[in-house]
Amino acid sequence: MGAVIPVMILLPVLGVVLIGLTPRSRSELFRPIAILASAGTAAVAGYMFTQFRTGDPGYQFVFDRSWIPELGINLTFGIDGISLILVLLSAFIFLVAIVGPMPTHDPKPYYAMLLILQAGSIGVFTTTDLLVFFVFFEVVLVPLYFLIGMWGHGRRTYAATKFFLYTMFGSATMLVGIFALAITQANASGDPITFSIPEITENLAISTSTGRWIFVALGLAFAVKVPLFPLHTWLPDAHTEAPTAGSIDLAAVLLKFGTYGFLRLGLQMLPEAAVWAAPVMMTLGVIGITYGAIVAAMQRDLKRIIAFSSVAHLGFIVLGVFSVTTEGLDGSLLVVLNHGITTGALFLLIGMIYERRHTRDISKLTGMQRSAPILAAFFTISMFASIGLPGLNGFPGEFLSLLGAFAAARWWAVAAVTGIIFAAVYLLWAYQRVFHGPADEATLRMPDLKPREIGLMVPLVALMFFLGFYPTPLIDRMEPSVQAVIDHVEESVPGFEAPVPQTAAHEAQGGH
Amino acid sequence: MHLQAPDPMPVLPELTAESAAALTTPEIVWSSIAPALILILGGILLLTVVSLVRRTLPSWFHATWTVVVASGAIAATIPLWNRVQDEGPSSVMAGTVGLDGFSLFATGVIAASVLLGALLLEGYLRREDMVGPEWYVLMLLSASGGVVMASANDLIVLFLGLEILSVSVYVLAAMHMRRESSQEAGIKYFVMGAFSSAFLLYGIAFTYGATGSTNLADIQTFLADNVLVDDGLLLAGLALMLVGFGFKVAAVPFHMWAPDVYQGSPTPVTAFMAAAVKTAAFAGLLRVFVAAFGPTYRDEWIPMVAALAVLSLLVGAVMAIMQTNVKRMLAYSSISHAGFILLGVSAASDAGVAAALFYLLAYTFMVVGTFGVATLIGRTGDGRHDLADYRGLYRDRPGLALVLTVFLLAQAGIPLTGGFLAKFYVVGAVVDQGQYALAVIAMVSAVIAAYLYLKIIISMYFAAPEGAAEVQADVDEFAGPPVRIPAAAAVALAIALVGTVALGIVPGPATGLTNDATAELTSGG
Repeated sequence: MGAVIPVMILLPVLGVVLIGLTPRSRSELFRPIAILASAGTAAVAGYMFTQFRTGDPGYQFVFDRSWIPELGINLTFGIDGISLILVLLSAFIFLVAIVGPMPTHDPKPYYAMLLILQAGSIGVFTTTDLLVFFVFFEVVLVPLYFLIGMWGHGRRTYAATKFFLYTMFGSATMLVGIFALAITQANASGDPITFSIPEITENLAISTSTGRWIFVALGLAFAVKVPLFPLHTWLPDAHTEAPTAGSIDLAAVLLKFGTYGFLRLGLQMLPEAAVWAAPVMMTLGVIGITYGAIVAAMQRDLKRIIAFSSVAHLGFIVLGVFSVTTEGLDGSLLVVLNHGITTGALFLLIGMIYERRHTRDISKLTGMQRSAPILAAFFTISMFASIGLPGLNGFPGEFLSLLGAFAAARWWAVAAVTGIIFAAVYLLWAYQRVFHGPADEATLRMPDLKPREIGLMVPLVALMFFLGFYPTPLIDRMEPSVQAVIDHVEESVPGFEAPVPQTAAHEAQGGH
Repeated sequence: MHLQAPDPMPVLPELTAESAAALTTPEIVWSSIAPALILILGGILLLTVVSLVRRTLPSWFHATWTVVVASGAIAATIPLWNRVQDEGPSSVMAGTVGLDGFSLFATGVIAASVLLGALLLEGYLRREDMVGPEWYVLMLLSASGGVVMASANDLIVLFLGLEILSVSVYVLAAMHMRRESSQEAGIKYFVMGAFSSAFLLYGIAFTYGATGSTNLADIQTFLADNVLVDDGLLLAGLALMLVGFGFKVAAVPFHMWAPDVYQGSPTPVTAFMAAAVKTAAFAGLLRVFVAAFGPTYRDEWIPMVAALAVLSLLVGAVMAIMQTNVKRMLAYSSISHAGFILLGVSAASDAGVAAALFYLLAYTFMVVGTFGVATLIGRTGDGRHDLADYRGLYRDRPGLALVLTVFLLAQAGIPLTGGFLAKFYVVGAVVDQGQYALAVIAMVSAVIAAYLYLKIIISMYFAAPEGAAEVQADVDEFAGPPVRIPAAAAVALAIALVGTVALGIVPGPATGLTNDATAELTSGG
């Protein structure tokens, strides 16, 4: 069982090695190798899901090997209910991104980069060692940088460089913060130096002010990655210029590094500092929600709309996490998963439109519903999921996040709700302009989806419905870990009690 | 009326036949200086063999000879290392040469850069039609100077080593006869280097005046046992010596020579220079400052070194991103790297010294690899070093582009390369001293420097014109004559690549060495 996580990380790496060994002249082989490696990872992830013990809040499938013993750095991996969601998402979305769009040129490095990205992402979500976390967090920069730079559009060099430097800047303070944490913790507790996240979480001995400084140092890296306003400016550029697969991976998985970091290394590991910072973080989350939504409404490029909508959705995640309530955390994790699925689907569809029309400019697209009804149907469903229509997967997560936020800080939740309304505005408006209206000549010549593309979209849409109606299997599995995080926060922060939504409390009382 | 001046005290006893016979010379423990001896004798023998043989020897002969000699020097450190680890450090030749883990580690790194440099030179000299043994001889001699410097236990010996090292490298820098910039580099390096040597010597003299000895161990004991009432002379000596070392490691503000010299020198020489000279100079710096003055005068010299470190980090990184010549960019980036190593020195702890040594090892692989690729891209004439000359390299030579990418990402400090762990250990040592601000400055400067490496990567991979809606595979053709990769250079690049990656993935063996390679001064012998 312990080998499950290394296998999930090493299968894509094996794929990279095979691709590297395959000569360029056999270019037809790269795609099957990549699909096989990624599908293998997805299969192992599926197996892992079936073997996951539902009621267990701790780490499962633990793997532990020494790496740099003199500093107490180990290759430790483990999956709890929180990382479970993210691992499933990474395994699934990467498969979609690899199977879906095709590269315009240079398939060999293209598929190699996607596989490295997948290995790194799963590593980030499964490791329980601070330095190993940093290593994976930083390593994924390189493949995405190349994906944007080599296969991107327009100002791809600018976008790729901006993405790289922004993220690396965040990582710079994170590395100092990680070291400061390990060293001050070792000095304060008298134990030998360790970088193990669970160990530090259990025996946190550093002073309050040190903890807050370290939270700021780590939080800067995560805030860039999420991205939180005002550090978000790299995201629209990166999203817009990236190739479809890059956009999907970036939105669905890579942005989640930031929220995962806030949850795992912030709230869980440094609870006092996280509670201290919660008002600021919730405010930034709300600003992200409203600002992202308003700016999205003003965009002319379809991809830029989705990019800014990501800023808004990620705002919900941050809001939920820093509400420090069980509902908020549950909701955040559901948004993490569902934003990945719906945004992935939307980027995939926009990629299909771009392949047919070579533009994403809304003003140049019109009446596509007539020539491409299937495309329009898929777009409609994904769009409603993104808006948060009840019955589709976007709803439960955003609802629970808002519920948690409402209990913690009522007016923040009220402000955040406007974001949902704006989401309806910008998406419906864009849909109306692109799919309705008179069809021009270029639109009429446009073919509808091919069976391969339909086959790609069906599982995504099925998931949207399934997770909208019945998210319980996931909630059951993540709930114990989430509850453990909240309990840990209540235990370690004197005088703090997780807010409970009033209605839920009333109902509980009414049931007596 | 004149006052009778007293007879001057004879400083030295008059040398007579009897006294000369009675003069005790220190015992020479040949085995203890085996690495330096192997290098120096290897150089002299090569010169002898070549002048005795009538016909011109093929190019590979000199290179193979040098590689064998350098490997021999590395091999010679192994029994010495084991002896030091078993019996502890010692000093030989009347306490002037220290035998400890630190000097042996530095020796190994210097010999490794000779090995890699010789492999790069082989194809280069054939390409430039300048085949001859002189290059290799000078390289071996300068390396022997570096080894002497790294193991010096006495300021005079340190200076001797520095001069042996420097004079050979001055000549090497000017060895490309047909390139004016090479001559210019040689002259510049010589003038600035001589200047810095004077500073160092002046500092040594002041230190001698203040402490009464040039022996590092004696200085250490003297300062531990005595408190100087008026230590102005010593502080001036410290400062002057730091200036001298600052020149050699190319730390800001003593870095002015580095960009011109790195750019003008023949590229394999630049590779060797960047690795070996920096290692030797840092070894000397660590011995003098951390070991000799470490316990007593740390409050005085640590701020000085930290200031140099911060300046080097920031100025190096900022100036690097403003260049368009790749060799010049890399010169500035090496200044930034020097800042990182200085930061390790300024931590003045065992962890700091170990971090600096690890950095020097990783840096040797990265920098030799990077300049090694630059050697090949320079093509005949060694002149194509503009950023534009790297344009579309990926289309022409994907393998070479990939290798250079790894070296550049390693220099940028991306994980899973030695460059990352090198920065990691330095940051750890600095944070351990509670110097959070320094650590943050270092990491931010690393981000600035990363832009420089990205610029080269962009040129190699993303060279299609900006704004083109679709990327065309055939837009960015690689310009100029084809890049040829000689077998020896390929071997050098492979070694550097394996070294760079292995240090990042399995650092255990290397950190095992650096942690044992502490500099300890022992007097007498």
